[in-house]
Amino acid sequence: MSTHSIVSADILELDAQRETERIINGIRGLVFGQLKRKGAVVGVSGGIDSTVVAYLCARALGKERVVALFTPETDSSPDSLRLGRMIADDLGIRSFIEDISPTLKGARCYERRDAAIRQLIPEYGPGYKSKIVLPNLVDADRYALFSIVIQSPDGETKKVRLSLDAYLGIVAATNCKQRARKMIEYYYADLYQYAVAGTPNRLEYDQGFFVKNGDGAADFKPIAHLYKTQVYQLAAHLGVPAEILHRPSTTDTYSLEQSQEEFYFAIPLPKMDLCLYGKNNAISAADLAPVAGMDEKQVQRIYAMIDAKRAVAHYLRSAPLLVEDVTEVL
Amino acid sequence: MPVASLVAQQVREFIVENFLYGQQRAFNDEDSFLENGIVDSTGVLQLVAFLEETYRVTVEDEDLIPANLDSIKNVTLYLSRKVDLAAEAQVGGNQGRRV
Repeated sequence: MSTHSIVSADILELDAQRETERIINGIRGLVFGQLKRKGAVVGVSGGIDSTVVAYLCARALGKERVVALFTPETDSSPDSLRLGRMIADDLGIRSFIEDISPTLKGARCYERRDAAIRQLIPEYGPGYKSKIVLPNLVDADRYALFSIVIQSPDGETKKVRLSLDAYLGIVAATNCKQRARKMIEYYYADLYQYAVAGTPNRLEYDQGFFVKNGDGAADFKPIAHLYKTQVYQLAAHLGVPAEILHRPSTTDTYSLEQSQEEFYFAIPLPKMDLCLYGKNNAISAADLAPVAGMDEKQVQRIYAMIDAKRAVAHYLRSAPLLVEDVTEVL
Repeated sequence: MPVASLVAQQVREFIVENFLYGQQRAFNDEDSFLENGIVDSTGVLQLVAFLEETYRVTVEDEDLIPANLDSIKNVTLYLSRKVDLAAEAQVGGNQGRRV
């Protein structure tokens, strides 16, 4: 049997200079032309996506028209703020630190989350850390049902499958973080008459890896059409610092470090990129498998997962629905 | 009514009430919940809670697969196996005590 694939291994390579120019022109048109705003607010997490958006906005709009916002909270990695500052310094853009922990405490985010965890793990309390994780979805037909992993103050870990109530309670409370961040981003947007830049890449935008009215809310999303590996190509072209280029993708949302793979995508992001590209371009699982370093059945499972997540993401992307169109403002 | 048919009817009522919001939408006992957009992964958690509460079974982690839960037929067969296993365990336990 032939192991050759009709799919080239470089299907996601792009002309970084040309793409940068295209996006820069797009940002100018969107912010100045369509939105009629004077600049952009970028929530900078120290991750690759928000960094690339900050670099693109600075080039497109001018460094004096971009604000970088750092919004750490109790569970954030200290690296996020340090790297965010490094980016703002490198670009020479204004930046502000807004610790959202008091807002989250006021909304009882941590308290509600911990109460949801204690439904399953009564001893969970101060000094404990946690994250939620998916099972292996690639090697068997399984449901994407989360477990919670906790670490006690003395370092002991425990993993428990989440019940419906605990899962919903944890996610609902934790989503307050992204919504609190967006609230403060719009404070600065209102203050300076700027637009808020959203920072999802194509995987996140397509698969619903965002919080509705949280990080999903923005006035424009300049890299939503780029696969994650393409974001890295742009980052290298833009001169993003090496430490950010090599930083593993994390959610920076839970107190235990959590990769995006274990939280949402189930496989390493470069493979997920290839699978999403394959799905989008009607490439059969058999043809994609050798390029992705997976077997045909594994690719089929990821293709099915993509469809399932798209179905859920439909709600996340929906604008408020009207019973009847108000045609005067369409 | 045979037990299997009764269980199938109860599961269908649960699905219609909780995921189709009472709207009567035609689907067969063999139709995949996932492929037909009836139940998503969060919905599976709700289905599991329903099965555990209603039929007094414990759905183990390894049981959380579409082969057990992705259609009314699959759920019914799964429950039937679980109940048989529980009955066997009960008999085994009783025999053990007799000895």
